[in-house]
Parts: sequence; structure tokens; C-alpha cells
Amino acid sequence: MTTEMTSEALFEAMRRSIIDGDDERAAELAGEALRAGVDPLRAIDDGFVIGLREVGDRFSRGDMFLPEMMLAAKAMKRAVAVLEPELDRRAMKRQVLGRVVIGSVKGDIHEIGKNLVATMLAAAGFEVHDLGVDVPFDRFVEKAREVDADIVGVSALLTTTMTGQRTVIETLAAGGLRPRVKVIVGGAPVTREWAEEIGADGYGEDAAQAVTVARRLVGAADAAVV
Amino acid sequence: MARTIDPIVDPRIEVRVLSDDEVQRIHAATLEVIESVGVRFPSPRALEIWQAHGATVDRETLVVRAPGALVEEALARAPHEYALAARDPSQDLPLDGRHVYAATDGCGVEVLDLVTGERRRSRLQDVAEIARVGDYLDEIAFHWVAVSAQDTPAESRGLHELAAIWANSTKHAQTESIVTEREARAAVEMAAAIAGGREALRRRPVLSLMECTISPLAQEGGALDAALVAAEAGVPVGFMTMASAAFTGPATPAGTLVVGNAEVISALALVELAQPGAPVYYAAAQTAIDLRSGAYTGGGPEDFLFGAATNALADFYGVPLSMGSFATGAKEPDWQAGIENGLSTFMAAAVRSDMLLGVGLLHGSRIWSYEQMLLDCEIYGIVRAMLRGIAVDDEALALEAIRRVGPGGEYLTDPHTVRHMRELWQSRFFDRRPYGAWEEKRDRARDWARARAREILATHEPDPLDPVVAAELAAIIAAVEREAGVAGAAAPT
Ligand code: B1M
Repeated sequence: MTTEMTSEALFEAMRRSIIDGDDERAAELAGEALRAGVDPLRAIDDGFVIGLREVGDRFSRGDMFLPEMMLAAKAMKRAVAVLEPELDRRAMKRQVLGRVVIGSVKGDIHEIGKNLVATMLAAAGFEVHDLGVDVPFDRFVEKAREVDADIVGVSALLTTTMTGQRTVIETLAAGGLRPRVKVIVGGAPVTREWAEEIGADGYGEDAAQAVTVARRLVGAADAAVV
Repeated sequence: MARTIDPIVDPRIEVRVLSDDEVQRIHAATLEVIESVGVRFPSPRALEIWQAHGATVDRETLVVRAPGALVEEALARAPHEYALAARDPSQDLPLDGRHVYAATDGCGVEVLDLVTGERRRSRLQDVAEIARVGDYLDEIAFHWVAVSAQDTPAESRGLHELAAIWANSTKHAQTESIVTEREARAAVEMAAAIAGGREALRRRPVLSLMECTISPLAQEGGALDAALVAAEAGVPVGFMTMASAAFTGPATPAGTLVVGNAEVISALALVELAQPGAPVYYAAAQTAIDLRSGAYTGGGPEDFLFGAATNALADFYGVPLSMGSFATGAKEPDWQAGIENGLSTFMAAAVRSDMLLGVGLLHGSRIWSYEQMLLDCEIYGIVRAMLRGIAVDDEALALEAIRRVGPGGEYLTDPHTVRHMRELWQSRFFDRRPYGAWEEKRDRARDWARARAREILATHEPDPLDPVVAAELAAIIAAVEREAGVAGAAAPT
């Protein structure tokens, strides 16, 4: 009975640490959970994720702002990093919606929008591998193969670099990864028509749309939003 | 005949958002940042220049930490005054701290078609046509490349755009789309062809370059190299910060000013170290992000304050300022566009920013609208009229007329009225009709602006470019395309 109470208090503290965006505290609580022998998957699903979901809800209602959303995502990431070795040891896999490789395409150093999309995808339950900016075409393919990606996301904000989105799709195809690996594109000059023209599977005008599209592509459209 | 340009001169309203002491504190904080945090300069050439002058260069992170004294010394070499030259010398623009000139916004990606009204991808023909309308309007003093010529090869796009502007206007061209050394060399060659040789270009720069910094505290390699090429040729070059409060800058406006200032003055200092006395300018378009989406807003009280504060910094360093104003975040020419562009332009103009950018683009500098262009010119006209202030002299006090008219008369037919009535501002796009007239037609400013743009485009014939020079420009572009191994583009009309 007492242990139940304590673990309930622990779960509550985990949720709180995410809502407060306190990554130090989140990592500390993850460590505490491991020492107390709490199942690491339960720590994630009944603790941290609940907090992240609340932040997500409040963010979409406009009660919480982007910096709070980003801090929550960062705290989540740190907590999961602490729990991961134990998950591996127990040969447990955290359920992810899918694996995404994302980057700003070669020649393009705009990163704000891409970072937002990456964070939102991670918050929604995707495993995200962010390659950064000015990413060579091959690098997308290499990484997609390495992590067995479901989706490759290519961001471009310049009219001179958006053609690179087409090249990434072609390079993926040449590497034999299409159509299994889906491609999402976005960025200021990118339109739905452009996405169709280059044969992308999805387009997002903003981060929320990118998440919706990614969920649809992995067949998770109706799953609960995390 | 080249058209006259009617700029804002010697604004009579004073707006001051920073005291001398506050400017001093921002400067001191900036030097501390450059000295202790550093700024990233990802260009081998730039790093060498810094190192040769005693700055600390980290070859791993490409971060330069420069002593404040070095930065100050370098900035002191920048000329305080110079002119942006035009193809037609009567349209030269002295940057002397007394004038405020407006230009279009740059690098839009879509156009609201003047004929069909539809939104579509921008092309070279648009660059040409916008330049032609800009050539006509007396509010537009010089050009930015308003939209991108997406039907031309990426490797030579910036050059096609410049050629299209020079073919359609005699006014000065400032481009933000030359961001590589190779394109910069070709652009300088083209400018020299227009000016009549390298020496003539140095004396009368018909071209200027605008490069972006990367907030926070970084430069772009290609942009630095392009800037150094321009400076060598005496082509004015500026660096623009777009630091955005709460994302790429601190949430406090003062902090965002410091971050942006560090980027801009470190870049200008580099140029002065490489080419002492090169004409440079400060450029800025700081903003605050939308806290709900992270979007670049392009308008709001912080933007308006940045518009007024930045000129205090540029003045402090004794260099001209190119300030982002206009450039509304609105989706169409509506109340939001009116408020944003009105206030940003008023604030930036009242403090005497030398150059105002942003005419004509909607949706955070993405969609070109001729309607917005004409309405922005109207805003500029209103601000110009306000900044002329109120003349108070014997003629303006009008005692003679007041005596003539006496109590209960009218001034409508008095000679004093006839003498001065044309000094009163006249609206082109405010709806001052009787209610019934409006109700019957239900048309509005946007419709009139569109009709006016169509009319200008159909009738205005800019002074043509000498065909020999035009052929030279085409040859320079063709050479770049051959070297890059890309197919050329069709010339616009
Ligand atoms: C994978 O799936 C997906 C799905 C959805 C995706 C996605 C991927 N990626 C994005 N999305 C979508 O979701 C995101 C979140 O909601 C959204 O992302 P966004 O990035 O759109 O939105 C962000 C949250 C906020 N928005 C932004 O961060 C971009 C804002 C604007 C103003 C902008 C900024 C800030 C910058 N810029 Co640049 N910049 C502009 C932009 C104009 C605009 N209003 O978009 C644009 C894109 N820039 C432009 C230009 C020209 C340039 N910029 C340059 C540089 C910069 C800064 C460094 C100053 C800065 C970037 C800072 C940074 N660290 O990222 C230069 C290029 C550098 C390079 N090699 O990449 C330079 C060439 C300027 C120069 N002369 O140096 C224009 C491109 C137009 C064109 N014709 O190509 C531009 C439209 C502005 C303009 N009119 O000049 C969606 O697009």
C-alpha cells in the first residue's frame, strides 16, 4: 500500500517535471524510478508522457507557449535517455509511432521551422533523428537506412534549395528505399502542388500539419495524441 | 525621361526610443559579447583576415572573438556618407542622414497575378514588371529584387534578376539574392558594364548588396565571401540581422538588439579590416516571434520599436541604415497590413533610417501583391506628409489672408488658399465618397490600386537600357551558366 502511494507520488512528480519543463528534475526522477525498481516503460507511459500530453493539449489550446512546449520536450528527452539503458537491458522497446529522419536540405541553413517540426514529431511519439541543416542528399538516405526509417522529412525555405527535395526523393528511390520510406516536405516556398509535383507523400504548412500527415503515413491517424 | 523621386527629407517629428546612455550600454554589451562569446564566421578568408588582425580564431568552431578596440577601430574606417548611384544620375540617392528612401521588399516566392488575381509561383517576368512599376512610382527610390525568378537556373538566378531590373528601370538596384562569391563577381562585372567600367563603378555604385547574418551570433560563409568581393569593387554592402525575440534572440528587446548588433557590427568590421573605407551599411529586420507558433511575425509593437531603436545604433556607428519596415504579416491588403505597415514605416522614417525596405510583400515577405505595393506607397506618402511637419512663418501664419476673410467668411476662394492648397495631402486610396456611392459600387482601395498598377504597367515606358550594355550583361550571365554547366533562361520582355 505504502509503495503504491510512493510510486503514485513519483509518477505525479514525473508529470510535473515535464509540465514545468524542468529537465534536471526529470532526469533525477527517472534515476529515482530506476533505483526504486519501477518498470521503465511504466515510468514513461504513466509518468512523463502524461505530463507531455497535458503540455501538448494546453499548447494547442493556446494556454501554453512554444518555449514551454520546447522545454517539456527537452525534459522528456532527458528522462527517456536515463531510462533507455534499462529498457535495453530488459530488451523492452518503447512503443514509437514510427522513425523519422529529418533535416534542412543541402544549401539551406534555415532551421527554426525544421526544429519545431522535429520537436512536435518527437512529442507526438515519433523517434526523430535530426540531421541538422545543409544536409547532403545522400545523408538522408544513409541515415534512413541506418535507423530503418519510416519517414524522411525534408525542409527547404529557399526557392533555390526546394529542388533539393526532389533530389532527396530520387536518391531514396535510387537506393531502393521508395516507396516504403515515405517523404514529407515543408518550408516557406513549398506548396501542396509542389509536394505533388515532386512525388512527396505528404506536405505540412506548419508543424501541427506535419504531425497529422506523419501520423497518417504510419497508419496512426486515430491513435491517441501523445 | 527618368521620373523624379520624392523622398522624405529632414523629418521634423522627433522620435527617440533610446537615450544616449542606453545606446552606450547596448554598445558596451555588444563588444563584450563579441569579445567573450564570439561570432561564427564560416569562411576561410574571413577567418584569416580576423586572425591577421589579432582576433582569437577557433578553427574548430569557426568562432571569432575580437577585442572591442579592434572592432571600434575597424568601424571608424567606414564612410559616414556616400551615394547609391542610379543608371540615371538624376536618380542618385545621397545617404547623408537627411533622406529616407523606400524600396520594394525582396525574394518573394509567389505573386498575386495582376490579370487573373490568382496566386502562383514567381518568375523572371514578374521581376521585370515589378521593376517597371517601381520605376514609375515617385515613392520608390530604389529596387530590391522583389520576387525570385524561379524559371531561371539557381546558379545564375540572382544575375538574371539584376539584369531584369536594369532593363526596366533607371533606379538603383540593391539585391539580397547574391550570396556566393561566384555570383558576386559576375554581379560586380554587370554593374561595371552599367556604370561604364570598374573605376566608374567605384565612383558611382549602381549596385549594392545586402547579406543576412544568422541569428544568434553567426554569419553565412557564402554571404561573407560575396560581401568581400563587393567591398573590393567599391560596391556598398550591408549586413542584415533578423534576430527574433524569444527564438533567435533573447525575449527582451534590448537583448535582441545586442545579439543583432553583435552580428552586424562584427560583419561590417570584417569588411573594413579587409577594405578600409569601403562603403557599408547597417541592415536590420528584427522581430518578436509569435509565441504560439514560432512564426516570424513581420509586425507588432516590438517590430515598430526595433525600427526606431536601430537607427540610433547605426547613427552611433556613423553608417547608413537599411531598415525592414512595411512587409506585413497579413495575408491580404487589409486592416492588419495597414496598421503594421503604417506604424513600422512611421517609426523607422521618423528616426531617419536611410533606407526602408518591404513595399509590396504579404505574409511575412512571401507573397507579392501589386495592390499592396500601391497601398504601401500611399502609406509612405502619408508618413512623408506628416514628417514635413508644420511650417510656421509669416506666409504660413497667413495673417494677411485672415484679415481679408475676417469673421464669418470663407477661405475657399482666397488667393492664399490657391497658393497653398496643393501642399495638403491628397488621398488616392482612402474612401471619402458619400455612403450611397460606396453602397452602390462596393469597390474599395484594393480595386483602385489594382487598376492603377495595371495602368502603369500598360503605359509606362522606362528609359531603355543601351542594347550594347544589355548584350554585355547577357554575355556575363551566359559565361556563368557555361561554367556551372546549366542551361540558360529566356530573356523577359
Ligand atoms: C519535413 O516536413 C516539413 C513539414 C513542415 C515544415 C518543414 C518540414 N519545414 C518547415 N515546415 C513548416 O512548419 C514550420 C513550423 O510551423 C514552418 O517553418 P517556417 O520556417 O516556415 O516557420 C518558422 C517557424 C519561422 N520562420 C522562419 O524561421 C523563417 C522566417 C524568414 C523571415 C527567414 C529567416 C528568419 C532567416 N533567413 Co531567410 N527567412 C525567410 C523567412 C520568411 C518567412 N516568413 O518564412 C526566407 C525563407 N529567407 C529568404 C532568403 C532569401 C534568405 N534567408 C537567408 C537567411 C535567413 C536567416 C539566417 C536570417 C534567418 C534564418 C535563421 C535560422 N536560424 O533558421 C539567406 C539564405 C541562407 C541559406 N543558405 O539558407 C537568404 C538567401 C538571404 C540572404 N541574402 O542571405 C527568403 C527565401 C525566398 C526565396 N525566394 O527563396 C524568405 C522567404 C524571406 C525573404 N522574402 O527574403 C513551416 O514552413
